[in-house]
Amino acid sequence: MGNKVLLIEDEPNIIEAVSFILSRDGWEVKTHSNGHDAMQAVRERAPDLIILDVMLPGKSGFDILQEIRGDTEFADTPVLMLTARGQSKDREMAERAGASQYMTKPFSNADVLAAVRALVTP
Amino acid sequence: MPERFMIGTRIRERRVLGGIRQSDLARQAGISPSYLNLIEHNRRRIGGKTLLRLAEVLEVEPALLSEGAEATLISALREAAGGRAGDGPELSRLEEFAGRFPGWARMLVDLHRRSESLERTIGTLTDRLAHDPFLADSLHEVISAVTAIRATSSILVETRALEPEWQARFHRNINEDSARLTEGAQALVRYLDGAPNRDAELKSPQDEMHAFLAAHGFHFEDLEREVAGPRDVIRLLRSEAGQAMSGAAQHLVREVLLRYLEDARALPLNAFLARIGDLGMRPDRLAESAGVGMAQVFRRLASLPEAAVGPVGLVICDGSGTLIFRKPLEGFAAPRMAGACPLWPLYQVLAQPQAPLRMRVRQAGRGAAVVEACAVASQAGPAGFDRPALMQAHMLLLPDPGENGGSIRELGVSCRICPLAECRARREPSIIAEGF
Repeated sequence: MGNKVLLIEDEPNIIEAVSFILSRDGWEVKTHSNGHDAMQAVRERAPDLIILDVMLPGKSGFDILQEIRGDTEFADTPVLMLTARGQSKDREMAERAGASQYMTKPFSNADVLAAVRALVTP
Repeated sequence: MPERFMIGTRIRERRVLGGIRQSDLARQAGISPSYLNLIEHNRRRIGGKTLLRLAEVLEVEPALLSEGAEATLISALREAAGGRAGDGPELSRLEEFAGRFPGWARMLVDLHRRSESLERTIGTLTDRLAHDPFLADSLHEVISAVTAIRATSSILVETRALEPEWQARFHRNINEDSARLTEGAQALVRYLDGAPNRDAELKSPQDEMHAFLAAHGFHFEDLEREVAGPRDVIRLLRSEAGQAMSGAAQHLVREVLLRYLEDARALPLNAFLARIGDLGMRPDRLAESAGVGMAQVFRRLASLPEAAVGPVGLVICDGSGTLIFRKPLEGFAAPRMAGACPLWPLYQVLAQPQAPLRMRVRQAGRGAAVVEACAVASQAGPAGFDRPALMQAHMLLLPDPGENGGSIRELGVSCRICPLAECRARREPSIIAEGF
């Protein structure tokens, strides 16, 4: 398995922090910050793992996840979802839409790293 | 206190409740005002014919005056006992209880009412918290800032030998995010602090709009003049009462008043009153003869001074069923927040736009009267191939026309406070009756 991560998130400082910790851990991080053309970014980058925020401008993370799962090429790509809401309803929605893992903001860097490592096992 | 001495007090209460002057009541009941005054102060005994006459004029059951609130008290107690089973109150001894301990009984009923109204307030507040866009946005803002700060600060602490450029950059980010966090937290505190203490804050913009319209009796002289224009709407909004409203409420009022202006132009006051003089309060005939839509006639009727046409109520909902305008009519209640009763003709007409519907309706529960409801749904905005036709339904409420108006449909206000049993339209259990 490769080491390409695509981070889809709209908060610049969260993007910077997560990119930093993942890069230092040896991942090749690309970022994308809006919902409209997120799927296009997924196709262009062909990542090994996607980190996807739920609340994105333009399109919800759930919808994007559905598109990702609908594309045979990415049907099995691990997706780590980030959300600001810890409600079980959201968790269920994420699971139903096919999220590999679900993480509630604010998260610790160690948790993100551990999740990413666990999701992309060689 | 002997029962008979209370009759006067009850008569007085009823009279004041009905807004009738003492002299008017005396005249209509065929007694002198000074005699009525003595009766009302429990200083003359009253019975027989006079009591019947007074009850007739006051439009109440004579028993309600003579036996007083006891009957009402008993039914209220029964309601308070509600569906409590098992070790609940001894319903068979209810009358004995009310008779022997009227004070305690009344207190129980008061407590029950109060808990009911508090429950409603809690429901409203919970609803607001869950669906409050301002709250949701502020919280999202705070969580985002916290997430960024947490991630960034732990990088600063945990990364050994962090390059100075990175260090400077992350420091700057934390500084930025902490400023955002401060702003977000302060906005939240301001919002939550203000809400419970100030009435104005607790009200929704819709409430403020309706309070403004009600303060004017839903009639605006300034907009009735022939030369009235949008500047008069602006002037009304610049008034003290207008400025006291939130920005969102001012926006709503502006929309309503601009539509008022349009309606008043299409159906000028004097000509419209003359037409009513000819045709009566018949919205369909009025619309036909004036060559305008029925919804416009509904709105116009509801904007006329009560002194000219009597009480007229109006509710308007949009295609989602949300009530966007409420002018109350005595005896017919419209919920402020929660969804209304799906049995209302208002919702029935949404399924058949342009086809008007008229019927007598009565809401289940306390203080409800039979009223005549006329409803029609019509398009509220232009449609396109890329957007749906926006629909609105109007329901005009008029005093009961009597038997000639046909049969009466029993309906509710809103499920939570509706006692109708075995209602197929029920969507949530009532807090005052079993039956879900």
